[in-house]
Amino acid sequence: MAQSEPLLLMEGITKTFPGVLALQGASLRVGRGEVHALVGQNGAGKSTMIKILTGAYRRDAGSIIFDGQAVDFQSPQQAQSQGVSTIYQEVNLVPFRSVSENIFMGREPRRFGLIDWRRMNAEASTILERFGIRVDVTQPLLQLNVAVQQMVAIARAVSFRSKLVIMDEPTSSLDEREVATLFDVIRQLKQEGVSVIFVSHRLDELYAVCDRVTIMRDGQTVDDKPMAGITKLELVARMLGKELGEVRRLGTTGFVTATHQAKQELLTAHGLQSGHKLHGVDLDVRAGEIVGLAGLLGSGRTEVARAIFGADPIDAGEIQMDGAEVVFKSPADAINAGIGFCSEDRKTEGIIPYMSVRENLTLALLPVLARNGIVARDKQQAIVEQFIKRLGIKTAGPDQKIRELSGGNQQKVLLARWLCLNPRLLILDEPTRGIDVGAKGEIQSLINELAEGGLGVLMISSELEELTEGCDRVVVLRDGQAVAELAHADLSEDAIMTAMAHGAESTTDQQVGRHGEA
Amino acid sequence: MAKLDRVAGLPQRRFALPERFRAVGQTYGALAVLLLLVLYNLVFTPSFRTLAALNLNLTQVATTVIVATGMTLVIATGGIDLSVGSLMAIAGALAPMLFSRNLPLFNIPVLGTVLAWLVPIGVAGLFGLFNGMLVTTFRIQPIIATLILYVGGRGIAQVATSGNIQNFKNPAFQVIGLARPLGIPVQVILMLVIVAIAAWVMRATIFGRYVLAIGGNEPAARLAGVPVARIKRMVYVISGLLAGLAGLIVIAINSSSDANRVGLGMELDAIAAVAVGGTPLTGGRATIGGTLIGALIIQLIRSTLLSKGVPFAVAQIVIAGIILLAVYVQRQRKV
Repeated sequence: MAQSEPLLLMEGITKTFPGVLALQGASLRVGRGEVHALVGQNGAGKSTMIKILTGAYRRDAGSIIFDGQAVDFQSPQQAQSQGVSTIYQEVNLVPFRSVSENIFMGREPRRFGLIDWRRMNAEASTILERFGIRVDVTQPLLQLNVAVQQMVAIARAVSFRSKLVIMDEPTSSLDEREVATLFDVIRQLKQEGVSVIFVSHRLDELYAVCDRVTIMRDGQTVDDKPMAGITKLELVARMLGKELGEVRRLGTTGFVTATHQAKQELLTAHGLQSGHKLHGVDLDVRAGEIVGLAGLLGSGRTEVARAIFGADPIDAGEIQMDGAEVVFKSPADAINAGIGFCSEDRKTEGIIPYMSVRENLTLALLPVLARNGIVARDKQQAIVEQFIKRLGIKTAGPDQKIRELSGGNQQKVLLARWLCLNPRLLILDEPTRGIDVGAKGEIQSLINELAEGGLGVLMISSELEELTEGCDRVVVLRDGQAVAELAHADLSEDAIMTAMAHGAESTTDQQVGRHGEA
Repeated sequence: MAKLDRVAGLPQRRFALPERFRAVGQTYGALAVLLLLVLYNLVFTPSFRTLAALNLNLTQVATTVIVATGMTLVIATGGIDLSVGSLMAIAGALAPMLFSRNLPLFNIPVLGTVLAWLVPIGVAGLFGLFNGMLVTTFRIQPIIATLILYVGGRGIAQVATSGNIQNFKNPAFQVIGLARPLGIPVQVILMLVIVAIAAWVMRATIFGRYVLAIGGNEPAARLAGVPVARIKRMVYVISGLLAGLAGLIVIAINSSSDANRVGLGMELDAIAAVAVGGTPLTGGRATIGGTLIGALIIQLIRSTLLSKGVPFAVAQIVIAGIILLAVYVQRQRKV
């Protein structure tokens, strides 16, 4: 009987936000010991569904039955104490406190009313070792890399003796080996009878680890199937609400696989060095081409972008625009030279949450829009309306606060922030991360269109299809060095992965040289 | 189920209404409290109905509003300025030293007076620049950076005056605190002009957007080309300049300058006015009009209670309650 009765049953869930009907009678059914995929485009209602389950949001209607009882969690804390733990997309831990403190925060083992440090550290080590992670649990969290931090977050969730662990895009900051470790952890949880709700935009991962899938679209649940009973293409089609043939015709990315007419030299970087992250990176971007920047986490991809854009100081090396050396002391200098930079982390480095779509969109353009420091409101309005239309940004209007938009629409506003400047070079750091399939395709075809119009694009991506289908050339980074450059003809997922993992032969000497110095 | 259908069937735009009402409540809540206070006084405090009482209240609140306007800009960038009271003392100490010692330039009739105004204000602005440099170049947290002059600034003023009270009589200089064009106290006019300019600057200029962008998300603002350090220095300079002006008004009214007393506790009055007015101390949002209203509310409560014979200490407790209430009403709600 316990087998047939689901662990979690959410039915008829409805939730409205100002101006938006986020959920409309949505449902979710998760069996015991089941790894359940929850998929849908951004704005489909996945996050809202999870937040309602954990008590972060209040639902307007609907019922939740968890472990055989109707529940109504008032807060994530309450949900956690009842056996529902959540691991969010962004690691939600305290960077300056130790690993064990983070795992036990709020329920530290006590002795005589004081924290029992020895027991806490010992238990923290035990929990982490279960997942094959051996670290000094007394060191501050911020000294660990993001992947280990993520594991700590999972360890924290698991140590609550949870019956259900919700993972919201847990793999977005993990490299492949770390993802494998995470999957081992998930399988172990499953063996112990713990259910997992797994939210991810990466289809391969769903098939690798999930038993069933719930597909959401426009605030409703459109499908609930065993993972084995649906093909990738069908899954994408259901998410988008499109016919199969249509998806097949459009391909999996919005890029058109065709090399662009590479024109004159635009940007050249030689021997870029910055801090301990970059040890000599060479690359060039011509007008009208898309150059991909590949590499594992920590290989220095973002650092290259920041160094070129003047956001981080350069210790050595040279940057040329149109053949002349340039020195950007700040992002403002780079912007004046015609460069735009869409950063990887929308929330911490992109949006100004409490400002409107209008102000966010025109933030970089303001010096152009103003005369004597006074913003020309009508010009501003015209540009904002033009870009909302051109990029298909879904918003209640230019006055809406950007934080109320879905991730994909926020990203479009940020793209528009740079496009309205008419840049000559656009640096995109993971432009489609955490964005639903629909918006992703739109953004990809937009990038393509812009390159055809003569824009030089430097695109950082972790998605191999995006690099192989979208880029004219791909520069592969490894340990802060450019180890390979693959021309379009040589581009394949295998070639990129090989270079990321082993570097190219030609650079082996360089590597040895560096190690020799050290 | 019926309820569900109704929800699903409604056009989506309708759901914006309650939110809007709440936003209105947050925006105009402080104004409503102010109007209630005025109404109450009009009915129950006979002396309140005189022009003299109006002038008195406005005169007393003017310096707070002037300082709080600068404070609003600083807070909007996510900072805070604890040094304003001490900068008032510095400006207040400097001015009499300039015009009563018969220095060259300062003894020329009109020019001397103008300089006696501008030089102390400019010096206060330079101290503001010092604050801004500490915050930007040396990356010291604003509360600590401005604590330095909060402590040291008044000391500088006291040392400069050897701790003596400077009494003076200089009608030309004292215009800044005593003149009454059209019967309106000059500092009230200054206050209104400054508030109007600041409100316009926040609404219409690049500078205003940059201030809010920095307070809203500093790394994002920097990546969008906002000159973060320059804007931050500017808000501290503006805060310093306005504090200097307030210091001059105070000494002009009193015909004397006491470095121990000028601007004492002003930093907290100003912060309270900003908070009651609805500007969150986390930065990113600002309402200059709210700050004016906030200062007026505190002033009216204080004067109402005092006029009813309530002791000053009790009045302080009531004001603390009002601040708590205001901040509670305006706090960020989760969805």
